[in-house]
Amino acid sequence: MKEEFKVISKFIEEKSRVLDVGCGDGILMEYLLKNKVVDVRGLEISKEKVKRCLSKGLAVIEGDAENDLKQFPDLSFDYVILSQTLQAFMSPENVIENLLRVGKKVIVTIPNFGHWKVRLDLLLKGEMPVTKNLPYQWYNTPNLHMCTIQDFYNFCNNKRVNIYKSISLNGEKISNITTSNLKYKNLISELGIFLLEK
Amino acid sequence: MKNIIIEKALKLDCGKEISNFPLAYETYGNLNEKKDNAILIFHALTGDQYASGINPITKKEGWWNYAVGPGKSFDTDKFFVICANVIGGCMGSYGPATIDPLTNKPIGTNFPVITINDMVNAQYNLLDYLKIEKLFAVAGGSMGGMQVLQFVSNFPNKAKVALPIACTASHSAQNIAFNELGRQAIMSDSNWKEGLYNEKSTIPDKGLAVARMAAHITYLSKQGLQEKFGRNLQERSDLKFGFDADFQIESYLRYQGSVFVDRFDANSYLYITRAMDYFDLTKQYGGNLSKAFKDTKTKFFIISFTSDWLYPTSENKDIVIALNAIGADVGFVEIKTDKGHDSFLLDVPDFLSTIKNYLNTTYSNIDERRI
Repeated sequence: MKEEFKVISKFIEEKSRVLDVGCGDGILMEYLLKNKVVDVRGLEISKEKVKRCLSKGLAVIEGDAENDLKQFPDLSFDYVILSQTLQAFMSPENVIENLLRVGKKVIVTIPNFGHWKVRLDLLLKGEMPVTKNLPYQWYNTPNLHMCTIQDFYNFCNNKRVNIYKSISLNGEKISNITTSNLKYKNLISELGIFLLEK
Repeated sequence: MKNIIIEKALKLDCGKEISNFPLAYETYGNLNEKKDNAILIFHALTGDQYASGINPITKKEGWWNYAVGPGKSFDTDKFFVICANVIGGCMGSYGPATIDPLTNKPIGTNFPVITINDMVNAQYNLLDYLKIEKLFAVAGGSMGGMQVLQFVSNFPNKAKVALPIACTASHSAQNIAFNELGRQAIMSDSNWKEGLYNEKSTIPDKGLAVARMAAHITYLSKQGLQEKFGRNLQERSDLKFGFDADFQIESYLRYQGSVFVDRFDANSYLYITRAMDYFDLTKQYGGNLSKAFKDTKTKFFIISFTSDWLYPTSENKDIVIALNAIGADVGFVEIKTDKGHDSFLLDVPDFLSTIKNYLNTTYSNIDERRI
């Protein structure tokens, strides 16, 4: 998703140190290296994907965020990015806490379970929603903890985490989420992108 | 055989000083005009300078022939690969088999106890001799990996890339135990004679063969052994109710032991295993391994293997953790294979291709990213 990368890239100031948690094939890392002069590291759980990243010369280590974020010292990165993987962790709460410990700022993107298509699936069909962004069946989904943009707002409020910026992505449309349009954006956004700080 | 005589005195960790000693080495490929394509490879316990092609002494393939050569992981069409025999070794470098001109006999156990640090410091002289200001990379597996770690800590930023493979920063009790087993096998051979055996007449070949057999088991995985040999019998249809090699695995180990004694000196085996046992980079830096790499600008790529129980992933990961703690540029992957610790020497395509791509990409990005 190119737009997501654009938004993330805009959040990041030049010459920053960035950690991409769950970096996959390293596409975002490469995008950032191309578009900003940044020092980017990656953490990825899949051996295959780590090998692909290393083959491209990217500084990626094999590991998972729930166990391996521990090794990074406090505030050792300017930005820590978690792109569309928060919902797949056993304990998203602990992961967010660790991200905020390691990074001065944290960028989280979440697929929005509050999108109208998702709501409609459940309401009309009475089945767990299967959409373009959430293509899995309930029995094989890696997504253990789906949440909505509203849920994520509530979570940050409860945890006293500052949301500096929040962006809605709907197809290619990029727009700001504010407290006044939150209910509406929660209905029409496919993806929410947040810049957080403790 | 290429070698240099190192005139400059080298102060060893044991306190003794050596000078005017030989260091044997081999090179592959060509040093380019910018002199930025040199890679120094460190060998493991029983390796030597002949990493690639055919070893002219043993007439067998070089120990890292899968990885080093034209178009291979360490592409000698592109890189200038240097490999030296460690001091303490027996392939031309200063070691216990070196003939003492005063007595006309091998130095034997009068050779000083050396360390990984001493090995690395001795090899550094080779870079001065070859007039290499900065290496593109240092690489090695097992004891070679330990030398990589020691090298980057002794000579910060002398290498742009470091590849420690299947190794540890601190030799474990289990590894010391296996090494001790090997040494005891050698020393309890009546031909060992307190290490003053004469190479030409009787040598402690039985003890050395047993040491090699025991060590060889530790280089393989249980699954690998089971798949390769299982309970297969050696050229017989039934058990013979005796102590001949009934099983293929027995025959295989005996063979490994017997060919090893032809190419390796028993005293060298004692000295080099001792050097490995003494290796504890963490302790050298007051219990904080990160300090060994303070201010490093070197790009690290650490590799371990799933079935390696001798230098397990956890010990390799300790190095990754120490590097991450100081924000060093580090990549890490555990390669899936059932070939055990030996994986780094064998045809493991995932391993070989990842290194190849990593080195090639990093080399071409060097100017761009100002590494």
